[in-house]
Amino acid sequence: MIKIEIQDLHYTYPGGVEALRGISLTIKPGEQVAMVGQNGSGKTTLVKHLNGLLQPTSGSVLIGGWDTKKAAVAKLAARVGYVFQNPDEQLFSSTVGMEVAFGPHNLGYGDEKVSALVKDALALTELSDKTATNPYDLSATWRKMVALASIISMDTEIVIFDEPTTGQDALSVARIANIIAELRKRGKTVITITHDIDFCAENFERVIALSQGQVLLDGTANEVLGQENILAQTYVDPPQLTRLGKRLRLKETVRNQEEFLAALKKK
Amino acid sequence: MAIVNLQNVTYKYPLTHTPVLSNINLEVKEGEFVAVIGPNGAGKSTLCYTLAGFVPHFFKGELEGKVEVAGVDLKSTPLNEWVRNVGLAFQNPFNQISGAKYTVFEEIAFGLENQGVPRDEMNRRVDQALTMTGIRDLADRSPYSLSGGQQQRVALTSILVMQPKILVLDEPTSQMDPIGTREVFGVIRQMAERGMTVIMAEHKVEWIAEFADRVVALKDGKILLQGVPADVLTSHLLAENGFGTSRYTSAAREALKFNLWPKHLHLPTTLQEAVDGFNLTSAPSPKERGE
Repeated sequence: MIKIEIQDLHYTYPGGVEALRGISLTIKPGEQVAMVGQNGSGKTTLVKHLNGLLQPTSGSVLIGGWDTKKAAVAKLAARVGYVFQNPDEQLFSSTVGMEVAFGPHNLGYGDEKVSALVKDALALTELSDKTATNPYDLSATWRKMVALASIISMDTEIVIFDEPTTGQDALSVARIANIIAELRKRGKTVITITHDIDFCAENFERVIALSQGQVLLDGTANEVLGQENILAQTYVDPPQLTRLGKRLRLKETVRNQEEFLAALKKK
Repeated sequence: MAIVNLQNVTYKYPLTHTPVLSNINLEVKEGEFVAVIGPNGAGKSTLCYTLAGFVPHFFKGELEGKVEVAGVDLKSTPLNEWVRNVGLAFQNPFNQISGAKYTVFEEIAFGLENQGVPRDEMNRRVDQALTMTGIRDLADRSPYSLSGGQQQRVALTSILVMQPKILVLDEPTSQMDPIGTREVFGVIRQMAERGMTVIMAEHKVEWIAEFADRVVALKDGKILLQGVPADVLTSHLLAENGFGTSRYTSAAREALKFNLWPKHLHLPTTLQEAVDGFNLTSAPSPKERGE
């Protein structure tokens, strides 16, 4: 069970842009966390610290007690999987099957275990019939699934998705929601950066809003997503049905269709 | 008089057998803002590439039918002339940014430089464009040091500065934060009000409902339906064909079953329509209204 502890994290990019300005957070094992906030608020910079791709300028990041400044990126890779925003920055193999097997092979798992992990990841992402296909012969939607599968197959305790729903249609978004639900059942920690606030409301229990490199809000989805004025500071609108609920003066903050209709019936 | 005129357009990429666009007929008036929606693989990007002339001049392949923009025929016009009328913002800003420039300001000026626009005018136009899209504060940053959403604003700005007659946008806000998205839709609406014709592939139906004049729904390379947003976006055909709908529409559709949405009303596509409709079935008491 791997806990994430971030202590007063600061990060300044070479060139002087101060992207993180004192972030402290604890994420418990098995939590499902959405990270929202304005473009340039530091979301991607923050998650790149969790697998050691970036090192703190000051402060610390502990992954299950391992300090990311000391632990090798290769070792962290066994604990933290990170799916890039743009699948094309991640994919390089000539078949989907090889792409998805690369990660677990690299972690040193035996052939039998690798093939079981690959099979499972392909089934979860609905790619089982595309094993022999070149990822670049697939549409962007399916390339995204390959990117997800190639991280899921590493079976890490912590999985990070950077804007998984960008440019995806309704069916694909539903597929991604199913994957996240399955990872939750398996007890994985899932951290997702997203601008799709309705997707965030419908799939995550905890929401962290970042603004200018600091934590603006951190709490349950209903607590955070109801704060229209504070969220506006970081260019986030509450979910559609949350806004509608407020305008209709429903008593509680609602975040999805089920909660909305229940509150409407009570009125 | 239509400024964009597509007649019986069918297109196949090289070495493929299935058309990506099939018998498309589309007329767009000057100053109209048309949103193109559809599941992934429906042909939205290919339609954008066709309007921008990359189909067939860059991608080759087989283009049948007639594509005419501002009275000019696509097949008989070379790309370098075609792009004087049409500007395209790619879905992925990475594909747009030149890689040849060190700052956002220079990046935005790049197209004007190539056209030999005088220096004073160039500076003025770049400045105006940066202000319009709200990225003046990024002017001295490297385009590659920006976040995805910021890069998308740069890509859009670098097209707007060219003042094309037709603006073609392929999911221009896919990586933007929500309020940034709304702002960009506002800027695009303004451009349309000033007479620029806008054709935008987009998934975000909530904003389409509020800002676009017309919606074209594509499925498997064919036009499934088109019309004003309020009609198209509430059509049962969309839900049955894997299109996304706004949460307002789907909540009202479900609420209908419990008599919580007024039967005589159109399903809502925007927040205001939803508020108005739901208030009829669950009007707040005077006390709740603070009276």
